[in-house]
Amino acid sequence: MGNSVIVRRLGLLAVLALCVLLLSLVPFMPSYYVRVVDSILIYIILAVGLNLVVGYAGLLDLGFIAFYAVGAYAYALLASGQFDIHLPFIVVLFIGAAAGAIAGVLLGFPVLKLRGDYLAIVTLSFGEIIRIAINNADDITNGPQGIAGLDRANLFGLPLTSPVHFYWLLLVLTVLVCAGVYYMERSILGKAWRALREDQDVVRGLGINTTTLKLLAFALSAAIGGAGGVIFGSFQRFVSPESFTFQESLLVVLIIIIGGVGNIVGVIAGAVVLVVLPEVLHFAAQYRLLIYGVVLVTVIVLRPGGLVSPRFNLGFIIRKVRTLWLSPSKT
Amino acid sequence: MLKVAGLKAGYGRTQVLFGIDLEVNAGEIVTIIGANGAGKTSTLRSISGLTQIYSGEIEFKGRPIKGLPPEEITRLGVAHCPEGRQILQRLTVEENLLAGYISNRGRSFDEIRTQVYDMFPVLKERRHSLASRMSGGQQQMLAIGRSLMATPELLMLDEPSLGLAPKIINQIFEIIITLSKSGISLIVVEQNAAVALEIADYAYVIDAGRCSVEGGANNVLNDPDLKAAYLGA
Repeated sequence: MGNSVIVRRLGLLAVLALCVLLLSLVPFMPSYYVRVVDSILIYIILAVGLNLVVGYAGLLDLGFIAFYAVGAYAYALLASGQFDIHLPFIVVLFIGAAAGAIAGVLLGFPVLKLRGDYLAIVTLSFGEIIRIAINNADDITNGPQGIAGLDRANLFGLPLTSPVHFYWLLLVLTVLVCAGVYYMERSILGKAWRALREDQDVVRGLGINTTTLKLLAFALSAAIGGAGGVIFGSFQRFVSPESFTFQESLLVVLIIIIGGVGNIVGVIAGAVVLVVLPEVLHFAAQYRLLIYGVVLVTVIVLRPGGLVSPRFNLGFIIRKVRTLWLSPSKT
Repeated sequence: MLKVAGLKAGYGRTQVLFGIDLEVNAGEIVTIIGANGAGKTSTLRSISGLTQIYSGEIEFKGRPIKGLPPEEITRLGVAHCPEGRQILQRLTVEENLLAGYISNRGRSFDEIRTQVYDMFPVLKERRHSLASRMSGGQQQMLAIGRSLMATPELLMLDEPSLGLAPKIINQIFEIIITLSKSGISLIVVEQNAAVALEIADYAYVIDAGRCSVEGGANNVLNDPDLKAAYLGA
């Protein structure tokens, strides 16, 4: 023991310090890089949220971006000159999450009895319906032109204007969302979702209300999507239906599949890979999408379970750190 | 404890049950036997709220339960251990037990789990193994243990001997007797009629969605017509 424990603890501290250092260096990077990191964080939030439905409850939702749109338009309508309503950012953040949750339940009800491919098709259509509705509701949303000049957000007097400000906000929210979802995953609710994913009929026979369970997954996941949308809106200060196409829904689902279904660490890895990849491929100009596709197919062929093994999850990391710190002799 | 009268049920337009009457008194083991497709499983599924009921009455402890959702019926004290065990394969033994516990609003998980582990020591030994790694007999024990997590007063077992070796079948039926002695009322659906009739107090024979014969298990066991039809003797 003795020496090796000290070395191990120092190693752990070094890893933690490196993480903190990297995260605190981000604000000093050129603005372009900060924007990329912001984008990664937004997609982590979205994918962790969608993962509640896809990964834990096992319901394939291909229209997730609709909730993101609901959140973004909540900010656009409630914090801009559009109707001359100027609610504070934090208030709209909660309204956006609530509106997302309501939209989630609205989607949840009709699809309760659908499974597999049918569920995927209906959720996909739902995503498109929301986008097309926004596109056509000229009087409210300005249609395809979108809404510009959204309020500059501020949080309790602190302005949120530069990518660096949003970096800190997103970082805090990412940590909160990951922690919240991790807690849910370990709670009895999370276990019930996993049982639901395994076999809905059996779970119903065990006396579990599968309706509530599914609606709860849809609502919570959509609330996270809605909150993400509010941040997106306040960050871009411009929204238009173009930002909420099926491609975007697909990207969030891909992040989960490439990273590792039902695994927060996997989702984080997936978001990093799928957001950074197109950026580094800028040099290849017209071959970009081709290379992107090849990389995706390669990952799916070589690691069908996702980049990150299901065993390497947040629980595993926390256990490792805890045993190393509290009772290192066991490791 | 349980009273079923004139139960007609089915799946959409396909009627399966054409008038089932049965009764379970407190502390009894009642067995339902009959050929494949006679409606044994559908009877249990109707009682636990999983199958569409066209008409008839179901009363549990004097309270009508027809039309209640399955979670409500489970909460009132009826547990259903499905045919083919239906273990959640990719969850661990303990997570399966937890799934059975979720409907329970009363006693603590740890307390009931300890009882189930006392009854099935093998489950405790393998609590962290994946359910799919268990043998058929162990999975059946897990399925029964999982139903017990709801602390039922009436436990309905659908084909508990299905696909098990004779030695294991005996073990499972020993367990059923133990459960009965602990005060739980039981309905045991079986194709293995000989074993079921041996431990049951009362028996119903279901034929094409109707109760064709009923009586004390011993009488049914010795009925010459039934012997020819179901017991192969």
